[in-house]
Amino acid sequence: MRFVQQYLLPRLIQYILVVFCGITAVFFITRLAPKDPVLEILNQLQTWGRAMNPEALERTAQALRELYGLEGTLAKQYLLLWRRIFTLDFGPSLFQFPTPVLELIRIYFPWTAFLFFTTTLIQWILGNLLGGISGYLAEKRWSKILETALTLVRPLPHYLVGLLFLILLGYVWQVFPVGRGFLFGKGASFNWSFFVEVLRHSFLPALTTILLGGAMWFQQMKLLAQNIKREAFVEYAKSSGVSEYRIVTRYIIPNAMLPQVTQLALMVGQVFGGMLIIEIVFSYPGMGTLLYNAIIKGDYNLIMAITTLSILFISTVVLCVDLLYPLFDPRIRYR
Amino acid sequence: MPMFGDLYADRRFRLSFWILVLLVTLAALSFFSPYDPTRWLQVPRNQPPSWPHILGTTSKGQDVLWEATFAIRNSLVVAIIAGVVSRIIATLIGMTAGYKGGLIDRVLMSVSDGMLVIPLFLVLILLASLLRGRLNPVNLGLLLALFGWAWDARTIRSQILSLREREFTYTAILSGMRTLRLIFREYLPFVIPLILSTFIGNMAWAISLEVTLAILGLTNLDIPTLGTSLHWAMSYQALLLGYFWWVMTPVALAVLLISGLYWLSVSLSEYLDPRTRFQRIGVK
Repeated sequence: MRFVQQYLLPRLIQYILVVFCGITAVFFITRLAPKDPVLEILNQLQTWGRAMNPEALERTAQALRELYGLEGTLAKQYLLLWRRIFTLDFGPSLFQFPTPVLELIRIYFPWTAFLFFTTTLIQWILGNLLGGISGYLAEKRWSKILETALTLVRPLPHYLVGLLFLILLGYVWQVFPVGRGFLFGKGASFNWSFFVEVLRHSFLPALTTILLGGAMWFQQMKLLAQNIKREAFVEYAKSSGVSEYRIVTRYIIPNAMLPQVTQLALMVGQVFGGMLIIEIVFSYPGMGTLLYNAIIKGDYNLIMAITTLSILFISTVVLCVDLLYPLFDPRIRYR
Repeated sequence: MPMFGDLYADRRFRLSFWILVLLVTLAALSFFSPYDPTRWLQVPRNQPPSWPHILGTTSKGQDVLWEATFAIRNSLVVAIIAGVVSRIIATLIGMTAGYKGGLIDRVLMSVSDGMLVIPLFLVLILLASLLRGRLNPVNLGLLLALFGWAWDARTIRSQILSLREREFTYTAILSGMRTLRLIFREYLPFVIPLILSTFIGNMAWAISLEVTLAILGLTNLDIPTLGTSLHWAMSYQALLLGYFWWVMTPVALAVLLISGLYWLSVSLSEYLDPRTRFQRIGVK
């Protein structure tokens, strides 16, 4: 019971607060912007040469306002946004007109979720393992080389790294396909060759994400491991003849894990944003590519839906990571 | 300057220092450019690198090298504005939260936690798509500054938290020093190194976000920056047509600029952190 009160409840309250503030911020940001999406569309229609009499223009504006949820007072619009989120009904998409936005998201989201969960897990585990070992053996040559190489990659924007991989492995040395999720013109089917095809197409986006994210975890873990290595209990273990393997896996990594789990909760949003960019580079059929199309077409409903749902998704993932934390930290478990 | 000498002994600092000198020189060259960066069709199109167009020309009929000098300059403008303004926000929020503590601290820190957790990039895209075309380097820098302070405000806060418990704070308060004076005279000198090294790190962050937003076509594409140069190259299919000089110039410059700034900030913060400093000098 004390666990619920001291650990679970504050986390849940924070979750609700973050979602609430995030979505409120998105609402006000879109209202503060000097551009009106309705006028934007009307301008577009007129530059395409569609002449309209004032009455028709007024009716079109009215219809668009209704579609976008921009009717009535600010308070009413705000409540409408929340209703849209709770009912998951974001109105029709503009770029594939009568299709509801939710329908599009339902098609694209599984791809993103698949890529996101696998790459996040792999980059976190790989980065922490390598970082831990390399922090313990910091004087070794390979450890120094690995660190330099990863420091070179680490600050680069996701788009550029993706582009470099695309040029090197897609155009120059054509080992991987340069776009999409599976072969063009082929429907989804559940057999082995389709599965292999999907893996082949998601390999480069996954590689880019894992490399960039893994470099970050590696650096942080290495720093932590180097500090723990100097602690008395490690010295003691060493002098009593505990094997190096056991020191790294039992003494160093478990102790450095805790801050890394906290970091994971803080960085998930950034990792997700970076992955959306990488999807765009490889035209991988996920939310990133959908967002890109929505931006190009000026599809207000779709952009709104992707942003708010992503905030919801990421906050939920963060909550899950927070709730997993006691598994790693016995102090919280047994309090 | 003994500090510069110490820093210069670090290989990473040397390398990044000279990379940045080179890039700033290139940016300064833009003031002597023979071409107007916003006009098209001033030179023959799609020429591979040769004299007098050292880095070739684009499908828009512009000289890649001279265009790149403007691109670096404008990207640096974005980065410096974003860096300076977000440092001001981060310092104010971090210091207030750290010094005042209590409810104010909790509110400010949950705001900054919220900013860290939310996929900021998506909010930026939403905003930029509404402001599309109006985002010149100055506006873009200000916009990025609004989003770039959260992490560093946390760092500054924790620094102030530890300073608040030191002896000299009590001495100052007991001898009647006013709060503002205490913060500016006593605390600021401790925080300035932190501000400096995060400033450079923040510049690298701003440049990479500028590149990303420009590639999505969300900034004013008439103004050459590293991002918009790449945007034009990609939208003219320079990659498929094999105009590699056009694609690779902004890519290489962005990579150099971002890594140069990043290494500089890493090297600076290691220099300013006493623990790693002892390790480097070899004192146990």
